[in-house]
Amino acid sequence: MKINGVQIDNNFAEAFPMKATRIIVTAMNLKWAYRAANALRGFATSVIACGVEADIEKELKPSETPDGRPGLSLMIFAMSTKQLEKQVPIRVGQTVMTTATTACYSGMESDTQVSMGKSLRYFGDGYQISKIINGKRFWRIPIMHGEFICEETTGVQPAIGGGNFLILAKSARQGLTACEKAVDAIKKVEGVITAFPGGVVGSGSKVGSKYPFLSASTNEAFCPTLKGVVKTELGPEIGSVLEIVIDGLDEASVAKAMRIGIREVCSYGPKNGIYRISAGNYGGNLGPHLFYLHEILK
Amino acid sequence: MPLHLKLHTTPEVPLEAECICPDRMRGLSIDDINRLIVFHGNREMHLADFFECSGNNDGDIRVAGDLVNVKHVGSTMSFGLITIEGDIGVHAGAAMSGGKILIEGNASDWLAPEMLGGEIEVRGNAGHLVGSGYRGSTVGMQGGEIFIHGNVKNETGHCMRRGLIVVGGTSGDFTGVNMLAGTIIVIGEMGTRTGAGMKRGSIISLTKTSILPTFSLACNYSPVFIKQYLHYLLKKGYDIDSKIINGHFERWCGDAVELNRGEVLLYAD
Repeated sequence: MKINGVQIDNNFAEAFPMKATRIIVTAMNLKWAYRAANALRGFATSVIACGVEADIEKELKPSETPDGRPGLSLMIFAMSTKQLEKQVPIRVGQTVMTTATTACYSGMESDTQVSMGKSLRYFGDGYQISKIINGKRFWRIPIMHGEFICEETTGVQPAIGGGNFLILAKSARQGLTACEKAVDAIKKVEGVITAFPGGVVGSGSKVGSKYPFLSASTNEAFCPTLKGVVKTELGPEIGSVLEIVIDGLDEASVAKAMRIGIREVCSYGPKNGIYRISAGNYGGNLGPHLFYLHEILK
Repeated sequence: MPLHLKLHTTPEVPLEAECICPDRMRGLSIDDINRLIVFHGNREMHLADFFECSGNNDGDIRVAGDLVNVKHVGSTMSFGLITIEGDIGVHAGAAMSGGKILIEGNASDWLAPEMLGGEIEVRGNAGHLVGSGYRGSTVGMQGGEIFIHGNVKNETGHCMRRGLIVVGGTSGDFTGVNMLAGTIIVIGEMGTRTGAGMKRGSIISLTKTSILPTFSLACNYSPVFIKQYLHYLLKKGYDIDSKIINGHFERWCGDAVELNRGEVLLYAD
């Protein structure tokens, strides 16, 4: 299969089950909402070592937020509800609550809930006040700039992590130019995030390592500098491989994001240094969600 | 089709009609409902002696007629809907824990005393002691929401512990007296001695009012939680200026004669 002269490997991306929550961060203006959101999603690229994968989903108009102020929705993915229970209060407490004028709300309805204000209220040292508005409990925590409002809990739902595709390019500069366009297009898909910096993975990994203490290590078969050293997947024309990893709330949204992203990358074509599209998989041993490139691009 | 109860004989003295409640009518036929007991003064009578009953008994009850002398409608109800097509007498929704009572006219005194949950909406005015505790009781309303679009009289939310009372018009004296917790929002003017003896809880007024000397001014700020409440009230049909939603409020802490953990928030711009 070829799109605009770019070869699409007959391969599949292997994704795995995760748990996800969505939170809404509001502030006096979008600038401060972004500061809080960027702090929260910092060091949240991969569950390999960050505990969670998180990113900004979209901007929200004042009419779309609980307090009528500008805001952002963020999605946070983890391998288990227990991990979210640990990470969400810590991240909201240390990044959103510490950002001036912010408030934090749940953006997902679900029977399964993890704590936010339920844990953070203790920062109020006994001066916190609970309010139930429209059936939902919120905590008012007195802080030095005024008051931090945080919803008691946020909903959790099953999700999918690790949808991906690889961009095999002549150079890193050309690959990244195409990836930037793809990430911009993927951002318009509801229910997905690309948690790595700029949405692009510069150091895609394989499962396991020669070192027993390491759960993931460099994917040498796709490292251009190791051609001639290892059994490579790269032809002589490939000088750089980038990866876009997509987490989503369901298979359909991940597949849609992959399709849109691949088509954007392919629009650059070989004349702009984009030669092949492949996908990361581990022979079907990592997870039950298999996204065959040829199928999703039909 | 709801169950229709139409008053055909106006009671000469207060009629205690606790049986007008989805919980008490659950599973009953029209004949059974006609035989439900009411007290006309101290005389035991049947519901059919005062009301004409028709329709389906599916938890949705519509009551019509001059009900000013009919007491305790919806007392202890836990589900369903009661619509009062006019005014209603005292103790409506007493200790209710769920469902909704919609009063299209005015409510009398003691609306929803010691309410536990559910919702009451009054399109007109209400009397004294909305959502209060009975005399001698230390706890009033403990949950639920009361939305009054008109005015209320004195001692609204007396001893209330949880829940929300919203007054679209004015409130009388002693709003939130001895309040333990919960929220009272008054869009119009409040009378005197607001929050007297309150321990905790929030009384929010969108107009200036006199404050007891046992309250102290904390600061002037723009509380985010009030924005949430006011957006919620917009959805509930209240008319609130966006200038107020985004405005500043004075936070007065009190009552210092008690725990001093309560607050009166007054629109300040």
